[in-house]
Amino acid sequence: MSELLGIDDVSVHFPAAGGRVVRAVEQVSLSIAAGETLALVGESGSGKSTLGFAVAGLQAPTSGGLRFEGVPLTASTWPAARRKIQIVFQDPFGALDPRMPISSIIAEPLLIQRIGTAESRRARAAELVAQVGLPRDALNRYPHEFSGGQRQRIAIARALSPAPRLIVADEPLSALDVSIQSQVLNLMKEVQETHALSYLFISHDLAVVNHLVDRVAVLYLGRLVEVADRAALFAAPAHHYTRALLDAVPRIGRRRARHGGTIKGEMPSPLNPPSGCVFHTRCPRAEALCGAEVPVLRALSDVQSVACHFPLGSE
Amino acid sequence: MSEFADVAIGVWTLRWRRFRRHRTGMASLFILGVLVAFVLAAFPLQYFMGIDPDVTDLFARFDPPSAQHLLGMDEAGRDVLIRLMIGGQISLLVGVLATLVGGIIGVLVGVAAGYFGGRLDGVLMRFTDGMIALPLLPLLIVLGAIDLTKLGFSSDFAHSGAAGFWRIVVIISIVDWTAIARLVRAATLQIRERDYVRAARASGGSALYMMGTHILPNIATPIIVSFTLTVGRVILFESVLSFLGFGVVPPTPSWGNMLNNAQELVTTAPALAVYPGLLIFVTVIAVNFLGDGLQHAFDPRSERTP
Ligand SMILES: Nc1ncnc2c1ncn2[C@@H]1O[C@H](COP(=O)(O)OP(=O)(O)O)[C@@H](O)[C@H]1O
Ligand SMILES: [Mg+2]
Repeated sequence: MSELLGIDDVSVHFPAAGGRVVRAVEQVSLSIAAGETLALVGESGSGKSTLGFAVAGLQAPTSGGLRFEGVPLTASTWPAARRKIQIVFQDPFGALDPRMPISSIIAEPLLIQRIGTAESRRARAAELVAQVGLPRDALNRYPHEFSGGQRQRIAIARALSPAPRLIVADEPLSALDVSIQSQVLNLMKEVQETHALSYLFISHDLAVVNHLVDRVAVLYLGRLVEVADRAALFAAPAHHYTRALLDAVPRIGRRRARHGGTIKGEMPSPLNPPSGCVFHTRCPRAEALCGAEVPVLRALSDVQSVACHFPLGSE
Repeated sequence: MSEFADVAIGVWTLRWRRFRRHRTGMASLFILGVLVAFVLAAFPLQYFMGIDPDVTDLFARFDPPSAQHLLGMDEAGRDVLIRLMIGGQISLLVGVLATLVGGIIGVLVGVAAGYFGGRLDGVLMRFTDGMIALPLLPLLIVLGAIDLTKLGFSSDFAHSGAAGFWRIVVIISIVDWTAIARLVRAATLQIRERDYVRAARASGGSALYMMGTHILPNIATPIIVSFTLTVGRVILFESVLSFLGFGVVPPTPSWGNMLNNAQELVTTAPALAVYPGLLIFVTVIAVNFLGDGLQHAFDPRSERTP
């Protein structure tokens, strides 16, 4: 498959009080193929949203760069790329302007990009409202008249309106009722097929990921610790952190915490990340080397890479 | 394609529909329309009936209403009705213009400071604080004393009634924009980081688009409240300024200075105070209810859909 998006050694740092620096994302390289769904997983605060925002053009990387359809994204190439990269947010209540009717919300990317006429944009909104499973009279109503799940459908319709190739979905399900989650997930799958979309699907929950994605990238404290095909990752995680995340997933027919419990403690602050491997303070396998030397991301196979001095399954 | 055109309605149409359903808002719009018609009726009265607002007739002081002078004569023997009409033109214009000029400056400064943040915010807000810190009375005296001919205006203009009118609009605008600027900045800061603003930014929306489409409608409520309160305040403030000798000076009437003059006569001729007072009162109330209607129009949550 051909590369749609390339993330090339991207770091995002934020200035903090006292001249310190929050290393939210640190030297991440990834790629997403056309039609592919890549999951970005990790605990809260691991830098998933920040990386997602960088991909959506909401946050300029401190260093490194992005490539879209083979073209490096710069100030001059971003404007055209923006219609092809859309974003869906976590909180469906903050994602829609409460003072805008649904038709304007859905057509907004088209209006901003000056695509079509006022009439064709409304027609497009009507078409999309039906596609995401809402009644047509939703068009002239306002966000407050809809439930969380319906709002997320509206947000998806908005993202679809300019016919994008990539949608960054920042935990699109985690604010929804469990009963609604699978409906929205199915909708996302469905529109992926009809619109030939790629997703960067951000989640802190590996269980959700299992149903949708092709590959998984695991982020810890802003660093990429493992990237693998979904099957490989679920069958044989190579990073101790990935294993801990998997163990935290309750699954039928398997007792929780088979491998001796989830990891201990809390994630350190990105203001002051540990030396060497950033995970070594919580890793059950850590040795002296881990605190001294940063492990580089290396390929274990065609479908799996890991940044660990002592990966699982190799000893 | 056009089969959908009537399905999705424009946002301004929806706002107008909501406004129309707001009864007191519509009533206020009507009353304000009547007030405007009333003050404009000065022109036919002046030119066809030959009534002059400034000509005094010392034999007609405090004359009661008659067919020729429907509301009678004032303390200088001038027709009260036409003075109310002309005074109304001035009061309403000063109220609306000064509110709009000061309000728009305040909104622009506040939105820019709040939206862009950083250095611009620092500069604008320091400037605003500086303006707030200036003592009002000396500022008024300085502004009132500026010699317009030195600013390049002709001497004819500088001594005309129009110059006084514009001077007052400028003075009030300068004094009044700061409060709105602070209010709008604070409200903008809250909206700026909402996800719907981010979504629009991700689509490539310009700063102007963002402010016009997302920020302003979402902070419309405090802006409208502040504008409507300002109109009433300005109409009264104008009379204070006139009293101090700036701006609209006698014999040119305004509701404010008519009310002021009538205060000494309140026992002998109470009607002279009642008329302008009543008109100011009705205007202020109507503007406030109009503001209610506008808030209603801008806030879709203000009503259940049918
Ligand atoms: N605008 C910002 N300014 C300062 N720090 C930020 C900013 N955005 C995110 N961070 C910090 O960066 C880290 C990663 O945040 P985030 O990307 O939101 O993580 P996640 O989405 O995985 O929960 C957190 O420590 C967060 O506090
Ligand atoms: Mg997040």
